[in-house]
Amino acid sequence: MTDFPWLTLAIALPALGSAAVALLPRERAETAKRAALGVTAATLVLVAAMAAQFAPSGDRLQFTEVYPWIPRFGVNYAVGVDGIALVLILMSAVLVPLVVLAAWRENDDAPDGGKGYFALILALEAMMIGVFAATDVFLFYVFFEAMLIPVYFMIGRYGRGEQRRAAAVKFLLYSLLGGLLMLVAVIGVYVYGGTFLWSELVGGQGALAELDPMTARWLFLGFFVAFAIKAPMWPVHTWLPTAAGASRPGTAVLLVGVLDKVGTYGMLRYCLEMFPGAATWFVWPVVVLSLVSIVYGAVLAVVQSDMMRLIAYTSVSHFGFITLGVFVMTSQGQSGAALYMVNHGFATGALFLVVGFLIARQGSSAIADYRGVQSKAPVLAGVFLVSGLAGLALPGLSPFVSEFLVFIGTYAFHPVPAVIASVGVVLAALYILWMYQRTMTGPLPEGLARLRDLSRRETLAVAPLVALLVVFGVYPQPLLDVINPAVEATMQSVGATDPAPQIDAAEVSSGHGAEGEEGGGH
Amino acid sequence: MASMASSAQAVLASPAITENPPQIDYWLLSPMLVVFGAAVVGVLIEAFVPAARRRTIQLGLALASVAAAFVLTVLVAGSLPAGEAGAGIAFGSVAVDRVSLFIQGTVLVLGFISLLLIAENRRGESAFAAQAAAVPGSEEEREHVLAGSQHTEVYPLVLFALLGMQLFPASGDFLTMFIALEVMSLPLYLLCGLARRRRLFSQEAAVKYFLLGAFSSAFFLFGIAMVYGYAGSVSFAEVARAIEEGGGPLFADGGGQPLLLLGIGLVGVGLLFKVGAVPFHNWKPDVYQGAPTPITALMASCTLVAAFGALLRVFYVPFGPSAADWAPMLWVVAVLTMVLAAVIAVTQRDIKRLLAYSSVVHAGFVLTAVIAASPEGLAGAMFYLAAYGFTTIGAFAVVTLVRTHENGPEANELSQWAGLGRTSPLLAGSLALFLLAFAGIPLTSGFIGKFAVFQAAMAAGATPLVVVGVLSSAVTAFFYVRIIVLMFFAEPSEGGPTVVRAGAFTGSAIAVGVAATFLLGVFPSPVLDNLIPQPGQPQDESLLATSEGGAR
Repeated sequence: MTDFPWLTLAIALPALGSAAVALLPRERAETAKRAALGVTAATLVLVAAMAAQFAPSGDRLQFTEVYPWIPRFGVNYAVGVDGIALVLILMSAVLVPLVVLAAWRENDDAPDGGKGYFALILALEAMMIGVFAATDVFLFYVFFEAMLIPVYFMIGRYGRGEQRRAAAVKFLLYSLLGGLLMLVAVIGVYVYGGTFLWSELVGGQGALAELDPMTARWLFLGFFVAFAIKAPMWPVHTWLPTAAGASRPGTAVLLVGVLDKVGTYGMLRYCLEMFPGAATWFVWPVVVLSLVSIVYGAVLAVVQSDMMRLIAYTSVSHFGFITLGVFVMTSQGQSGAALYMVNHGFATGALFLVVGFLIARQGSSAIADYRGVQSKAPVLAGVFLVSGLAGLALPGLSPFVSEFLVFIGTYAFHPVPAVIASVGVVLAALYILWMYQRTMTGPLPEGLARLRDLSRRETLAVAPLVALLVVFGVYPQPLLDVINPAVEATMQSVGATDPAPQIDAAEVSSGHGAEGEEGGGH
Repeated sequence: MASMASSAQAVLASPAITENPPQIDYWLLSPMLVVFGAAVVGVLIEAFVPAARRRTIQLGLALASVAAAFVLTVLVAGSLPAGEAGAGIAFGSVAVDRVSLFIQGTVLVLGFISLLLIAENRRGESAFAAQAAAVPGSEEEREHVLAGSQHTEVYPLVLFALLGMQLFPASGDFLTMFIALEVMSLPLYLLCGLARRRRLFSQEAAVKYFLLGAFSSAFFLFGIAMVYGYAGSVSFAEVARAIEEGGGPLFADGGGQPLLLLGIGLVGVGLLFKVGAVPFHNWKPDVYQGAPTPITALMASCTLVAAFGALLRVFYVPFGPSAADWAPMLWVVAVLTMVLAAVIAVTQRDIKRLLAYSSVVHAGFVLTAVIAASPEGLAGAMFYLAAYGFTTIGAFAVVTLVRTHENGPEANELSQWAGLGRTSPLLAGSLALFLLAFAGIPLTSGFIGKFAVFQAAMAAGATPLVVVGVLSSAVTAFFYVRIIVLMFFAEPSEGGPTVVRAGAFTGSAIAVGVAATFLLGVFPSPVLDNLIPQPGQPQDESLLATSEGGAR
């Protein structure tokens, strides 16, 4: 490990890039785009170089930097990554340049030639890397809240349709409400724990170890509600379909692919490890909410008539799987959840981008406006199919691995949730294939006769994602190697152990039945 | 009966002023003396200098004296010996300690920026009436407008108000505080009625402010009488001692509690009126809307800071020992303030009224720190006030620039602001930053301030109050965000607002606001670490000077 400030550079580079792009004069919008692409590519290289030096068997947190920021409140600028944070940062760094590439022409008609949009994307990238890298609860909160502002402008100012203003406001207010409740909990952490450093707060010897269980549960809830809104989990998911429907596809990729991951990442990193007792106490309620999300999101996805909203609802369903994996408290479940976060980012990112290409051609995201696209644009249809199949977790594509792990973990926890969750898989096949069938197959109507296939730029934007889906579908081990030690450490600090596989079935069900009563009784 | 009379005599005789002429440390008072002197000279200038040259001289004098007073404040703060809070002067009637110096310094800086806004002249037109004595719409008024008359009395009036604001939080006894309150308020009543446009409206605001202000002063004075009856003294230190001992000389055997509670309540009403907490907030929207916008900026920043400085001193020093008695009252007021004002603000359609209600909500946030009754609470409130002052002055400075048309009146109707972000992105961007700071978004000063006050409240066990506070923040965010939506996401309407070019004065006021909002949000440590009391210090002795002696 070196003392090279990798993470600070990875945050500073896009932040400075954002300022530079914003300061370019209006007439130089083309330069602004190139600069944005260059900066995001450089960030990707930087992050990849950092990841190459990550030692999976090394310390829990690596590339750490700690500088006092506001000593009076014990606030530090503290960054560092474990395996989970590292893969999420990598995923963000991969997605952003592709989004820039895909959004190249999207905002050419904006008064500023789209310059502002790219500046916002860069600002957002800096904050995304920062939020995953922060190891100080206060710093995490700062990034968590500050991220809202660029996204708010990306939807409200550069979004699509008449609803975009309302969608942007809804997004912001929902997130702010969650964030402010979390602020109470953040202050609580400081009042009771006396420090904001994550590494000093967690664990058996940590500052929060002696916390009174009732207080811990309230603080847990403060964090959890904010993360559940962010994730988004039923019943606080309603902002997502509106926001995604009013977003440019590029915005939607970052919103659903990366931002929402902060919610599930936060649950794993902060809810579980800072308040292990409370998290264990809340296992069943959260599992139930996750199951509702899985089924509800999937059912609503089936009946959507707009592709952007459809993908948003599939994400509600998928985030249900992720939270399920996190809260079943088994190592397979949590590894699966962490892996799911990455794979979902790639799969959903690809889907949104393809829909974005369709929107760029026809100006509509309604399913009814498309038919028989395959015959005219086979590559586009092919990419759509592959990313769709990834969304329904077809074996051989990467989301399968993670969904499978979540199922194993859930089954080991209790068979009933696993069975209910499998409904989501069946429905996933329905909504994806039905959407594909309605838009891509059949005879080509008159109106679509001039449809072009993917251009070189568009292919370049989406090909890496498809490649990653296949590669990690066949060989997920590199990711798991990095994630697993972090998951083990999480399990350890929660005090959870995997249920031994060879136990008498009756004993397992009675043991869990008692736990269920306890959890559900309160 | 006889014993009663003799003890009353003993009470009345106790401050032996004539026998020991007080040793007054003029150095510690110098910031106030400079402002006072400049204000008096300003009055003389009105009498003896020809009208054409008055404005330049008055403005130069006012700015120079406020700047000099600020420098002196810094020097005085530096000369206070470490480990000592400061000193009470003239039988403890003025308390110069780090807290009052911080508040005074803040008031002076904010006052300086307000003066810049007040001085802004656009084509010979200031924000003030050409001749306030002329009947609005009359021939006489027209003549004065055509002649280009100006009220340069504005500057000495502002200086007197600033003097009151310096003294108000530094008072060491109730009578001094009452005098400071009046010195501060009377010029403001007058200044409120001097708007150049919509003069009747402005005069109505002034009358309302005056009547309600006089009413609250009466409450305050009546409360002082009660407290005096209870403690036998108006000195803060004596009152605190009497409360600790369970009653003043008249109530040595107890039984004075009702008098004390009445006193605390009535004094509280007077102070809460000045900070504009619900249910004593009714004057704020009308006055903020009617007053000339630069004066609104002065009131929204300096007056609020000074009034909270006084409120903190009263509740921490003389009433400090009975915190358990007044905390429930402030809980109720704080909750009402945060909830009601936030809800009412949502319905506002006028930017100045909206900012007025927003200022009420923020007063509620600061009250949560007052309730903490701890050094953290004191520090949190002080930081919040400073941060809020800069932001709010910047916001009102922006308001002065948005007009219905060139040379027209200000466009205060919110609907007129649609599309401002497209036509003048820099100005709208500054206002967006101020609004985000009001909403408490991280990386702005508003967030650090909110964190500081809520942290203090929570550490003092007032968690429900903090929860109400964040929920109210969410509501306030709604209307702040709505303005941003209007400015940035809406198309400019036909005959939309005209943004007049910011003069050097207004421009620098906005620039200072932006810089302070950003810097205090990202690097708050220099202020937090050096200027305001550190946690862990005992509150009464070493933070707030209560009695005479000390520094020198």
